[in-house]
Amino acid sequence: MEQEHLKKLIAEKLGEAVQSMEEMKNNDLMIVLDSKRLVTSMGTLKNDPALGFSTLMNQLGVDYGDRFAVIYNLYSSVLRKKITVKVHLDREQPEIASLERAFPGISWFERETYDLLGIRFSGHSNMKRLLLPDDWEGYPLRKDYVYPSSYNGIDTSRKDMLDDADSEDTARV
Amino acid sequence: MLERFNIVNRLPADAEPILTTIDQAVNLARANSLWYLLMGLACCSIELMQTGGPRADIDRFGSLFRATPRQSDLMIVAGTVTFKMAPRLRRLYEQMAEPRYVIAMGSCANCGGPFDLSYNVVRGVDKILPVDVYLPGCPPRPEALTEALMKVQEKIKKERYFLKKEA
Repeated sequence: MEQEHLKKLIAEKLGEAVQSMEEMKNNDLMIVLDSKRLVTSMGTLKNDPALGFSTLMNQLGVDYGDRFAVIYNLYSSVLRKKITVKVHLDREQPEIASLERAFPGISWFERETYDLLGIRFSGHSNMKRLLLPDDWEGYPLRKDYVYPSSYNGIDTSRKDMLDDADSEDTARV
Repeated sequence: MLERFNIVNRLPADAEPILTTIDQAVNLARANSLWYLLMGLACCSIELMQTGGPRADIDRFGSLFRATPRQSDLMIVAGTVTFKMAPRLRRLYEQMAEPRYVIAMGSCANCGGPFDLSYNVVRGVDKILPVDVYLPGCPPRPEALTEALMKVQEKIKKERYFLKKEA
């Protein structure tokens, strides 16, 4: 009942920026937005008095293999509802506008997404790696990531004591 | 005159001379003043704090924490070392004055622990530093860390610190 009302409200306010809408298993609404109209749509979701999705709960990136997606979880204290906003991105050049202006707290979330998936956020004030060293190569959470065997001369593999079963020490174990 | 103010050696036997070597005397002093660097990187540092606390109390071995590497003799690597932390850890180790010792505390510092499949954890601190004592456990109890400290003390007491280097 309320869900229908919310669907109608969002379709009315956001118009054609919404590509699809579906209800997820936890009864929350998920909407897929057009990546070009993300900033204005999120601005509407946040600032419209009838919607009031002013709390950014989480932001994350997903690698589906053939494409990327960025997901934003919002909460409205006006409607007391959660909403999931999803944007699909191109696999080759994953880039999307930063939401730093609307939600200043998103800064580190976007840096983490860039760090682990290589999705660039244009307009971000400090688009650097967050968790990994600055000179790290590749993006570890991508599906096609190949883990390097060494980093700056540090071996990244662990020696398995059972591998060299020839030596006497391990034979006893 | 001096005997009047001597409040330590009150028994006549205490005033007798003791024969020892310089090595042994210096090693006794070094082993019982192991100041350790606060190197808490993860949950092991909670056990490290407990070991410094009143119950395990490694103060009685002359060990107390220092917040700077320049005053430390011992580095207790307590926790998970990431690749981002690795050069900083190496730098702190190099800032310590010699002779310096390292305890790898917990599974993470020994071999990477449960983070074997992670992309950013160093598989054992011995890939970047020389380690004297490996302490297993996840995390080790304060008693275990006390034992590791005693192992370092044993090692120090066996060293020939004043041995001349042969050319």
